[in-house]
Amino acid sequence: MGNRHSAFGNDLMRWIWIDRFAEFHSGVSAVAIKNVSLAEEHLHDVYPAYPIVPHSLIIEGMAQTAGILVGEARQFREKVILAKIGKATFHRLVRPGDTIAYRAKIDQLSDAGASISGTVTLGSNGPADAAIAEIEIMFSHIDKNLAGLSFPEHNFVFTEQFTDLLKTYRDSAGISI
Amino acid sequence: MALSREEIYSKVQGVLVDALGVDEEEVTPKSRISADLGAESIDYLDILFRLEKAFTTDPTKPFKIPRGELFPENLEALQSDERFVKDGKITPDGIAEMKKRLPFADFSELEKNPTAEAAQSLLTVDAITNYLVSKLG
Repeated sequence: MGNRHSAFGNDLMRWIWIDRFAEFHSGVSAVAIKNVSLAEEHLHDVYPAYPIVPHSLIIEGMAQTAGILVGEARQFREKVILAKIGKATFHRLVRPGDTIAYRAKIDQLSDAGASISGTVTLGSNGPADAAIAEIEIMFSHIDKNLAGLSFPEHNFVFTEQFTDLLKTYRDSAGISI
Repeated sequence: MALSREEIYSKVQGVLVDALGVDEEEVTPKSRISADLGAESIDYLDILFRLEKAFTTDPTKPFKIPRGELFPENLEALQSDERFVKDGKITPDGIAEMKKRLPFADFSELEKNPTAEAAQSLLTVDAITNYLVSKLG
């Protein structure tokens, strides 16, 4: 992943759908916040006259929050691959100017993979905020050197921009890495 | 407090309905997880996680299914071993090897027709129930 360049040579958007971590309890749960901007290209994909965050990108935000939580729980030993979206139930549309909070919780974690459940809420005040969605995700673990097989880079959650998100959280929370 | 086979079967049914998105009526004892219920590779991990959760009564002592015990891994490696699969048919040695890996499955059909295709049909709801009965009993 990382930056891709358009034909005009300027950077296209980074594929990162969370802005910062508000809470991070290693191996247990995490909360990430995203502020939605009208400048985001993908908001105009669904209904051209009525920009909303596509549901698929809300799922992606949850997958990124949960993927970092799962990866960090095992010290990023393996590659964490989004394998299955068990459930995704949506209650409202998300509009430019909204703040989204992704709360992810690890249900199960093993060598083979992990399952997480998450809720998405509107605002950054806490779990009592208006519900946007409930999402269940399963990840698969792949050893970094899996028998020489190669996987497309974009399958993997972790690039520096994601681990930097964690570093930023820890620095501001006064916790040393 | 040990669970009866019916209680175990009922929980297995519930797990498969959740994991595979099938209706309860579609899940019968003889249903094959892959051929009948449509399970794909990632679904096996989901089924495993949900079974562990469903049969955990004490959160401090969670019920765990050791990796590879219920859903054996690397079965494909057996296919390329001539002792076990020859000319597209599973040899008696091959069947013995599979019985070691899947002691809870019913091999009567496979023994009548020892093809790789028939081997896919070993994992049934009954087989999973048998496994859990042996682990929890």
